[in-house]
Amino acid sequence: MSGPEFVLGDVVKVLEPDSTVHPDNDPGLSPERCVALYEHMVMTRVLDERLVTLQRQGRIGFHIGSMGEEATVIGTAAALDETDWLFPCYREFGALLLRGMPLQSYMDNMYGNGNDPVKGRQMPDHYSAKPYRFGSVSSPIGTQITQAVGFAWAAKLRGEKLAAIVYFGEGATSSNEFHCGANFAGVYKTPTVLICRNNGWAISVPAEKQSASETFAQKAFAYGLVPMRVDGNDLLAVYKATRDALALARAGKPVLLECLTHRLSGHSTSDDPTRYRGQEEMAAERAQDPLPRMRAYLEKKGLWSEQKQQAFIAKVDAEVKLAVEAAEKAPAPVLDTMFDDVFEQRPWHLREQYEESLHAPRAQGHGGH
Amino acid sequence: MTQMNMVKAINDALRVAMRQDSRVVVLGEDVGKVGGVFRVTEGLINEFGAERVFDTPLSEGGIIGTAVGMALYGLVPVPEIQFADFIFPAFDQIVSEVAKFRYRSGGEYTSKMVIRTPVGGGIRGGHYHSQSPEAYFIHTPGLKIVCPSNPYDAKGLFLASLRDPDPVLFFEPKRIYRAARSDVPEGEDYTVPLSVAKVVRPGNHVTVIAWGAMLYEAIEASNKAAEQGIDCEVIDLRTLWPVDIDTIVNSVKKTGRVVVVHEAPKSCGFGAELVSLINEKAFDYLEAPPTRVTGWDTPFPYTLENDYLPLAGRILPAIARVAKY
Ligand SMILES: Cc1ncc(C[n+]2csc(CCOP(=O)(O)OP(=O)(O)O)c2C)c(N)n1
Ligand SMILES: [Mg+2]
Repeated sequence: MSGPEFVLGDVVKVLEPDSTVHPDNDPGLSPERCVALYEHMVMTRVLDERLVTLQRQGRIGFHIGSMGEEATVIGTAAALDETDWLFPCYREFGALLLRGMPLQSYMDNMYGNGNDPVKGRQMPDHYSAKPYRFGSVSSPIGTQITQAVGFAWAAKLRGEKLAAIVYFGEGATSSNEFHCGANFAGVYKTPTVLICRNNGWAISVPAEKQSASETFAQKAFAYGLVPMRVDGNDLLAVYKATRDALALARAGKPVLLECLTHRLSGHSTSDDPTRYRGQEEMAAERAQDPLPRMRAYLEKKGLWSEQKQQAFIAKVDAEVKLAVEAAEKAPAPVLDTMFDDVFEQRPWHLREQYEESLHAPRAQGHGGH
Repeated sequence: MTQMNMVKAINDALRVAMRQDSRVVVLGEDVGKVGGVFRVTEGLINEFGAERVFDTPLSEGGIIGTAVGMALYGLVPVPEIQFADFIFPAFDQIVSEVAKFRYRSGGEYTSKMVIRTPVGGGIRGGHYHSQSPEAYFIHTPGLKIVCPSNPYDAKGLFLASLRDPDPVLFFEPKRIYRAARSDVPEGEDYTVPLSVAKVVRPGNHVTVIAWGAMLYEAIEASNKAAEQGIDCEVIDLRTLWPVDIDTIVNSVKKTGRVVVVHEAPKSCGFGAELVSLINEKAFDYLEAPPTRVTGWDTPFPYTLENDYLPLAGRILPAIARVAKY
């Protein structure tokens, strides 16, 4: 690879407009796997829509979704080996569920209830999932980038054959952490793939204002990483590009993989994108929705149909409904949990404060309930 | 006069300042077209243009570092940090640079700016959209720290902050951004002086010190205490640093009893400094140990945030205890 011209010109694509597969780039996924990954995208989308509704109804406090970015999130996560690790940004609940987190646990996190794996301490969509080799969501932008590099570095030092991928938005490439992470990855040749979800926006700030680079991938050159760009609305292309990137990373060539996609929603449920985006522009992006694109491919191969679509959505709806019911029935976290995990053992001052809290009048109304 | 909330009042203050002084520029994440995620900078880009209001790249270090450079050049930047929780990538620039420029250059340079940032909990923001990090900055010599509790003061304190020769961190209590309304002279220029606290409720038995959103909890608790025959004097600090020590000491000399309220964790919170100052300056007048009602020494929780915050229900028993001591 040489020179930015290469990066600018070369975007990995697999699915052609007529739903045929570009022969050079076909990742060779089995029909069953293709269907399963498509179903996972649909499930993620349905969940996204339901969560927005729950937020609007005041039943959960917040949601930050991946509408439009499903191919990027699921295609990258699907390309990992079981032993690889993911370091999330905050839009990757599709990857979380693909890795095996039960829907119920995710829903409990959305409600911050007593069954929430992170004990109702964080905002919705701020999950941790170590059993699934999945990091912990933090709001401060970019912090996960250096951490993923350090994790992969440590594994390399111990001779363990794993890779780590880390997600962040194109906005995060302006953060100190992106610079440091890319630099350390380059210097120590860590088995890391830095996945930049370029959805065009950092809340209301467009990508053009974020960086004067023509592409985000070309920043790789400055750090000695391998640049790659992929059509992030093309599930098969994302899968293929991530497999290739992982192979390079395992061979000591860390990759900056820019996934070109769109955020087909506001930044989060707190945002109103009509304040800064035109209707036409948003409609044009909806036409590139990764879900119908993959569906057309499956239908052409006789693997999917409207009937299957309806049946699958009905199944997901039913599962989500049950999960919501259970999450709403679950009690709030007990007061005790507020003082746990600050340290491994509770020191004197937290024991004292816990005692004091027991005598304080309990507050009415809990976040997320 | 117009009734406004704090968001509008600070917006109006920015307009007044920017109309008067072309050196004043606003920069930060989402402050332009969308007017800030809390809309404090709404419409500024329309009135003053993209040459004075900048949607910056996502880098707090970049925002404050370039603001320092602008200040050295002679502009008066008003950078916004989207949430006080995200000020830490700029910590180095603020602590090592903004705070020390005047001193380390022998008074040659100053990095005059007003850093605005929403602070505090009560909006279901969890760890990273709720914190009150004032103590780190009060501990840093060279920074002035302001935290208004109502729209009128917010505007006047902002304009005073801008005209003060030193860099100011202007913490905006987001829980009361829209909840508190007051009469604010729209489009007019006025200041509320820095380092002058306000006695918002005179009383004789217990001094209650608070600021920002917790002031309202302190007042509510004091009103309830009055029903038990305890007459509280409530002080709104308004400027945290340099604090108005005279108002505090005069009150404590009268009451001999004091309760300090803040959202930030207890240990090494600003309350610790206030209690020490009171011990140093009014020890002979004290009738009871000065007491703190604060956030617990844990990260800021999501679901249990109202059990974390020092709301009126927790302040009242502390007042009663101190009064009876
Ligand atoms: C250090 C820091 N500054 C600001 C924010 C507020 N914030 C949250 S998301 C966001 C935009 C992120 O954009 P991008 O990196 O492109 O990711 P996307 O949301 O588009 O996936 C901002 C400014 C934050 N979370 N952390
Ligand atoms: Mg983005």
